[in-house]
Amino acid sequence: MSVLALLDRFRLPQHRLVSLLPLAALILLLPLLFPSAYYYRVAALIFIFAIAGLGLNLLMGFAGQVSLGHAGFMGVGAYAVAIGPSHLGIPPLLSFVLGALLSALVAFVVGRPILRLKGHYLAVATLGFGVLLAIVFTNEANWTGGPDGMTVPRLILFHWPLRGAETWYWILAASFLVGAALALNLIDSPTGRALRAIHDSEIAARVLGVDVAEKKLMIFIVSAVYASVAGSYLALINGYITPDVSGFLRSIELVAMVVLGGMGSVVGSLVGSAVLVILPQALTLFHDYEHLVLGLIVMGVMIFLRGGIVPSVAAALRGWRP
Amino acid sequence: MAAVTVLSAERLSISFGGVRALDGVSFDVASGIVFSIIGPNGAGKTTLFNLISGLSVPHDGHVRLCGKDVTALPPEQLARRGLSRTFQNLQIFSHLTAVENVMVGRHRHEVTGIVADLLHLPAVGRQNRRTRERAAAALARVGLEDVAEWPAGSLAYGDLKRLEIARALASEPTVLLLDEPAAGCNPVETREIEDIIRGIVDDDVTVVLVEHDMRLVMNVSDRIHVLANGRTLAEGAAAEVRMNPAVIEAYLGVRGTSEPALAVG
Repeated sequence: MSVLALLDRFRLPQHRLVSLLPLAALILLLPLLFPSAYYYRVAALIFIFAIAGLGLNLLMGFAGQVSLGHAGFMGVGAYAVAIGPSHLGIPPLLSFVLGALLSALVAFVVGRPILRLKGHYLAVATLGFGVLLAIVFTNEANWTGGPDGMTVPRLILFHWPLRGAETWYWILAASFLVGAALALNLIDSPTGRALRAIHDSEIAARVLGVDVAEKKLMIFIVSAVYASVAGSYLALINGYITPDVSGFLRSIELVAMVVLGGMGSVVGSLVGSAVLVILPQALTLFHDYEHLVLGLIVMGVMIFLRGGIVPSVAAALRGWRP
Repeated sequence: MAAVTVLSAERLSISFGGVRALDGVSFDVASGIVFSIIGPNGAGKTTLFNLISGLSVPHDGHVRLCGKDVTALPPEQLARRGLSRTFQNLQIFSHLTAVENVMVGRHRHEVTGIVADLLHLPAVGRQNRRTRERAAAALARVGLEDVAEWPAGSLAYGDLKRLEIARALASEPTVLLLDEPAAGCNPVETREIEDIIRGIVDDDVTVVLVEHDMRLVMNVSDRIHVLANGRTLAEGAAAEVRMNPAVIEAYLGVRGTSEPALAVG
């Protein structure tokens, strides 16, 4: 919320999407600083995880429901664009959409029973769900290639095969901005207010007529679609997919991004993703101690910027204002 | 006047671990009045509110709202049928602004669809504006218009008490349950709450009040229902209840006092 407050200050004539303008400008200008195609690729990866982070942030940061299995939905999206064209003869773009719909369906079926759980119980149930999907992707070797994974056919848009890090940069930047706009729309809507209300007091929300179970299920489905879209993009940009995409570590990484960037902050999803994508690349000079240093940095951020990076910085900026 | 009964309790009973928290409590609330439920601590007042508002289910008995049996309906369905309440220990949406808290109160009047909300279709924008106007009006009614855009978590205790009332009012209830609205408030704030309650009744909303501040209860109540140890002790107009020997005994533990024991809270 504090980030929304910060975004509020950038609002010119109070339109909720004006806050995305500085972000869009940054995305436009950033490539001027890129010395090589490698940077486009890193930025593209950041956008992919930021899209998954946006969805998870709607679930965790706004509705207050944790999921430790969201990489499972990334896996559904990723394998949809891999299996659809190569095994079923479905065009890649259609597979992409069908993957998102399948994720929504899976979220609908799984969400009903497990969203009745709260707190740690919900965390463990979603964890189990994510592990289950990862096992399916590993074991159904005839379809998925098993632990070795499978190649993903290139996405062809109107006879134009998508290739090259630069092309993907623009596609993913646009997708992220669309995802962020949809998230901001939702936050300032009856559904969004109800979700944020549920986070603070379920009892009061129910007494005011909010169907808590239905709202939780809706946002679970929405966040699953975000993850699925991110998974599809990841598979397409890499051209290859292994069950790791849906693994437990990936789920934890997604949660870490949301918490690190800032719960309930749209911009925080991007910042959290940037930190967890860039840091491992930057820390390769530590060789064997890479993960140790990464862990220490993440711990340090959480200790000193408790609300996550973006909300903490926003609060500090507010404090400095005369 | 022969007013219609909007809310009735019929032999409501519930036990917690062998303790009879409520034992066969019955009453009828006529439309457009302030109906107070009083009693010593542990008498079962909040338990009764939780049964009426669907937060817990009675082991026996029925609740009727506008003639329909609503026993054991979940709170969100009761809300849609025109029942709203506030809480003794506040249940504020502290991360939302004051006006957003009240906007959630309008939820039952809003048409929502997740896809329309994601795309922010023009209808959503129009509805948002309407909801915000209504919410601002409800805030103004309880004198909180100046803090509308503040995060609710940063408001003072007395303001939060009134914010809960505004939020409940925004849902345009037929029956409003107020659970100790003046608890922890100073005399000035209590006087404001009294005025707010009068204003609510003037708008034809029926108020059921649980309150410990006897001055407030005596000033605003049309009828008073007295509970003790989960049972009905007495019911009547304020003046009758105040002089009732059984009520005096329950509060003071002595028999035969001729003083009106409940004159001041």
